Amino acid sequence: MTATDSRPITRATASDDLPPREPRVLSFSQRLSNWDLKISPYLYISPFFILFAIVGLFPIVYTAVISFQDWDLVRNTGTFVGFDQYIWILTQPHFWTALRNTFSIFLLSTIPQLVFALFIAAVLDRELRAKTFWRMAVLLPFVVAPVAVGLIFTAIFADNFGLVNTWLGNIGLEPIPWHTDPFWSHIAIATMVNYRWTGYNTLILLAAMQAVNRDYYEAATVDGAGPIRQFFSITLPSLKPTLIFVIITATIGGLQIFDEPRVFDQFGRGGAGQQWLTITLYLYDIGWGQWNFGRAAAMAWILFLIIVLVGVVNMLITRTFVRDEGLRSELSKRQQKQLAAQAKKEVSA
Amino acid sequence: MSLSMPPAIAMVEAIPDEPKRRRNRTIKIRGARPSFWSYLILTVVFLVGFFPLYWSFIIGSGDASSLRRPFGWVPGANFIANVTAVAGNEAVSFWPALWNSIYSSTLIALAVVVTSTLAGWAFAKLRFHGGPALLVFVVATLAVPAQLGVVPLYILFAELGWTGQIGAIIIPAVTSAFGVFWMTQYLRQAVPDELIEAARMDGASMIRTFWTVGVTAARPAAAMLFLFTFVGAWNNFFWPFIVLDRQNPTLPVALSLLQSNYFVDYSVVLAGVVLATIPLLLLFIFAGKQLVSGIMAGAVKG
Repeated sequence: MTATDSRPITRATASDDLPPREPRVLSFSQRLSNWDLKISPYLYISPFFILFAIVGLFPIVYTAVISFQDWDLVRNTGTFVGFDQYIWILTQPHFWTALRNTFSIFLLSTIPQLVFALFIAAVLDRELRAKTFWRMAVLLPFVVAPVAVGLIFTAIFADNFGLVNTWLGNIGLEPIPWHTDPFWSHIAIATMVNYRWTGYNTLILLAAMQAVNRDYYEAATVDGAGPIRQFFSITLPSLKPTLIFVIITATIGGLQIFDEPRVFDQFGRGGAGQQWLTITLYLYDIGWGQWNFGRAAAMAWILFLIIVLVGVVNMLITRTFVRDEGLRSELSKRQQKQLAAQAKKEVSA
Repeated sequence: MSLSMPPAIAMVEAIPDEPKRRRNRTIKIRGARPSFWSYLILTVVFLVGFFPLYWSFIIGSGDASSLRRPFGWVPGANFIANVTAVAGNEAVSFWPALWNSIYSSTLIALAVVVTSTLAGWAFAKLRFHGGPALLVFVVATLAVPAQLGVVPLYILFAELGWTGQIGAIIIPAVTSAFGVFWMTQYLRQAVPDELIEAARMDGASMIRTFWTVGVTAARPAAAMLFLFTFVGAWNNFFWPFIVLDRQNPTLPVALSLLQSNYFVDYSVVLAGVVLATIPLLLLFIFAGKQLVSGIMAGAVKG
């Protein structure tokens, strides 16, 4: 669009009453303008791309290089060892524990978070008084640093004298072994994640809810559907793309979890029996506890591949979901397929 | 000045506005008038969000044994004493951490806004060879975790002698793929192509067009990008924790150090937590509305 330079104007004015023109020679300022037009876009993107190449792309490529080496910290060079570092990691029991813990914390944080976020968003999606106030109120925990959230909840979930265990004692229940039992430590860490992110996701879902065409609800009400039925039959299907988006972002962030488990006790190594050791905690321990950069780099690539894998799975789910968006057919997918097969049979018969 | 109010509101309100008008018409049918229960539920949500912070203040204003005593709603008298203990702790360097957090987050947010606005303008409004492909590439890098770059970055900064320096956390953060995507999306719909053509017809150079048309239009989105980048940089922990040390940390790193003694006095730790959270709470009070609209606007487009 912006590729219209000044030439059309000169032609328009020139064609009126002037004698035939001599062969066009671009004036200096015209050439300057052309040059400006061609070069400018590259000039504008160059600050980003030059910096991005140095601090974003180069390290990623170099991590791959280092992951195939045995890195010598003193000489700051490495010797090529092939896939040894990857094999070393995949044969460590700690790695598999960390993988289990990461997925466990991820599931325990993502699923309740989405359920709560959907519920709160549905409540916010009304003609409330002081709308902005309530939206801000929901978002409040988002500005508290993950480390701060981690420290607060570590005190709340302290094994002795922690708020929850004291309260359980008051009503005559056994204290929960928050730090010794893997499952309960995952619950505690997932609670920190839920605390910080539920409000954020609520607002994303709320925005998507408000974009739903209100006529659907009108029609549903006329047809006699109650609010609950409307939520499950109209709101939820319309939210599918947004839900997938939220799930993908939660996956990318959740599989990298580090801050909260790091401060869950004062040693920061994932517990005496690796109860809450996560992949990134393990990566940190390999890199800056054992000072083995080759293995840390391999670990980083394994983490990236896991994220890509989960992302691809999500993508496949997205595709099947997005296809039926807006179709609102009364037939389910399965019925449609059956009908299609039937029609085919009849045609060929 | 860049937080000029009218465009910011115009941008955001533009999204929920249309459904709202429609809803007014259907409200009687739909019966979505909020009941007492809606307000009760939201109040509970707010209290659940607020309580951990208040509780930290209660414990942080008590003494070393306050965690063991039954919970009381009234703050103790030791908050100032605990804050002094945090600030006076030789192993933590709290005030340098506060200053480091303020200036590194500000510089990072400024740099991200400048690089993203420039690149976003080019991607959204200028035609050039390879533009669309480059944008797809930028978006694809959003899925790359920070962990993938830390080993070479550490080696690089160690070689430069920058470990322990704040520059080591600013430099890797001056670009943001999210920022470029955000500004591109915003500028694409905020600036009509006719406006740019008109500016060109009037003989404005590319940079002049960018400055008068692009930057003016980009302000509200740039302000939000600044806010989100600032909050993100302020809360960032993984990389600063790796590359900084006890003498020269940022706030999250200092907080984690507060706790890493063998004997943990939670009244001091939580006083530190409260102290480190106050700046962002202030920011939230003044700019929380922008954060809310930013999240909601991004969601509709994303």
